[in-house]
Amino acid sequence: MAEKKIKIIVAKPGLDGHDRGAKLLSRIFAEAGMEVVYTGLRQTPEMIVEAALQEDADVVGLSSLSGVHNYFFPKVVDLLKAKKLANVLVVGGGIIPLEDIPELKKAGIAEIFGPGTSTKVIVDFIKSNVKSK
Amino acid sequence: MFDVKELEKIKAGKKKWSDGTLAKTLSKAPEKKAQSTWSGIPVECLYTPADVAGLDYDNKLGYPGEYPYTRGVQPNMFRGRFWTMRQYAGFGSAKETNARYRYLLGQGQTGLSVAFHLPTQAGYDSDHPLSMGEVGKVGAAIDHIGDMRILFDQIPLDKVTTSMTVNAAATALLAMYLSVAEEQGAKYDQLGGTIQNDVLKEIICRGQYIYPPKPTMRLTVDLIEFCQKYVPRWNSISISGYHIRESGSTAAQEMAFTIADGIAYAEACAARGIPVDSFAPRLSFFFNAFTDVLEEVAKFRAARRVWAKIMKDRFKAKDPRSMMLRYHVQTGGVTLTAQQPLNNIVRVALQTFATALGGHQSLHTNSYDEALCLPTQGAVTVALRTQQIIAEESGACVTVDPLAGSYYIEYLTDKIEAEIEDYIKKIDAMGGTLTAIEQGYIQKEIQNSAYLFQKSIDSGERAYVGVNKYVMEEPPVTDLLRVDMKVGEEKAKELKEWRAKRDNAAWKKALDKLREVSKTDTNVMPTVIEAVKAGATVGEVCDVWRDVFGQYRPKEFIS
Repeated sequence: MAEKKIKIIVAKPGLDGHDRGAKLLSRIFAEAGMEVVYTGLRQTPEMIVEAALQEDADVVGLSSLSGVHNYFFPKVVDLLKAKKLANVLVVGGGIIPLEDIPELKKAGIAEIFGPGTSTKVIVDFIKSNVKSK
Repeated sequence: MFDVKELEKIKAGKKKWSDGTLAKTLSKAPEKKAQSTWSGIPVECLYTPADVAGLDYDNKLGYPGEYPYTRGVQPNMFRGRFWTMRQYAGFGSAKETNARYRYLLGQGQTGLSVAFHLPTQAGYDSDHPLSMGEVGKVGAAIDHIGDMRILFDQIPLDKVTTSMTVNAAATALLAMYLSVAEEQGAKYDQLGGTIQNDVLKEIICRGQYIYPPKPTMRLTVDLIEFCQKYVPRWNSISISGYHIRESGSTAAQEMAFTIADGIAYAEACAARGIPVDSFAPRLSFFFNAFTDVLEEVAKFRAARRVWAKIMKDRFKAKDPRSMMLRYHVQTGGVTLTAQQPLNNIVRVALQTFATALGGHQSLHTNSYDEALCLPTQGAVTVALRTQQIIAEESGACVTVDPLAGSYYIEYLTDKIEAEIEDYIKKIDAMGGTLTAIEQGYIQKEIQNSAYLFQKSIDSGERAYVGVNKYVMEEPPVTDLLRVDMKVGEEKAKELKEWRAKRDNAAWKKALDKLREVSKTDTNVMPTVIEAVKAGATVGEVCDVWRDVFGQYRPKEFIS
């Protein structure tokens, strides 16, 4: 029997319009055999978590290049927990200073991928850390 | 330009060299791979006059300041005066940003460029729920005319020229700027500057759209028409390829899609009944500069030639100024690496050199720490000094279009020109730029180039220093510029006070009038000016249009 496909929500929280990375990774994830839902821009944490719930997602990938990661990323994790979706793997990327990463990880974001990360590293991380339901 | 017999001789000579001298070297040390420009145009080992056999000097190159402007739009370019050094800046409050502007002007910067925070660009006030977390982050928090006064405090707007990066909300911000300038005692016709006002590329790739394409284009043309009548020195649009390139396009696609947008704006102005020679001289452009110096130089030259031809042949322009592609450049943000950030100083220097050799009008140089955060003051200073070193010391500015006549440069210029024209033909055949955007064609072309580039980096086929080659362990950079979350709270408090103290009756009357005018064909600009003078905020003006025009939600194309 075929392995169940990993389902990932790729989301852009806030007003940031930089979506090159989010769209590129959506294609890379699909090529890596995942089922991808790209939310588009201007998502609130509530909208992202609702999408995760509706789509029965395994993973949420957050992308931010406007410096709002410390505000938005932990909110998404908290809301997922509140909706009993604590099993969903949350990863993030964008323009995120290295010194912010420990706090983000403490808040429940599994990994942060900065500029220049090989897409293979991201795909491999998701595949080995996604939690089975 | 070349004698036919001479060309035959050169062709034969090159073959002999290729089969003999070159082949001998290659048999001992084969080349590692096929070579190409950074954008992927295949490049040969050697170019000779035979590769530019069709080069007709008078028709294709000509003289600077004359049609087709391949060699530049001014006759003596930087021998008379250097380009305007204009650093895009803004963060936190209007007060903090004003201090940065005065610092930059004190350091020899010659023009201002306002970065507004995302809520202003998206037409929301700082206390709107969607603004949470964003206030003052990537630009200055400007909600109303009071903020605009503080932003330009002690900066004489009749002397300094200002560029403003705002698009869907451009009319509201220009209205505030004009009003503040007037308060300072300046007349509209003394004001020089640029407002981006390019909504099409927001839909294509930058994401700061508000309204559907048709009404948002109407606001764009309203602004252009108003400036043409009352603010004649103002560049009423900056048609931008910068963000197209940042999103992943090639150099040729950057120029092609920007020119396609330019055609759409020119058509919209013509449809309004504005004569071409009344609006075209104030259409300005904005491009990127990457590190492949020679490809960038060719790209700028090709675009000047294509635009001149389009304005002359397609739009029947008579005024030479209508045919001149005048542009601002920003060095490539996306080329900067978070790894070994000091290396970015070298990248920016090469990009600046390419820009100067390409013959631009103004330039922003990125700071080396911008893959990490907003630039610190020290990094901004190095970026500005980079421009000054290239201008004063590099030799790029002592003669016009110094690379002209290089067989490779002329070959590449022709090649990129052909690619631009090919795209324009395809887009015309689809029914024009708006249709091509609606169908996602332009977006998908850009995304596909971004994908191919990433593949070449992931596979190591293309080397990126510090990213996939010459990688090293390094401690995290900690000296970063941070915007305090308090800016948001303070701004929300300030907005409350602003709304409480304005003349409520006058404010309401002005917004009601704006609503009525917006439903007609009348130009909205005078009414927007009345509204911002009556204290209306960016969010309130944009909300009127959200009601009247509706909001835009794009289809997402993943390719």
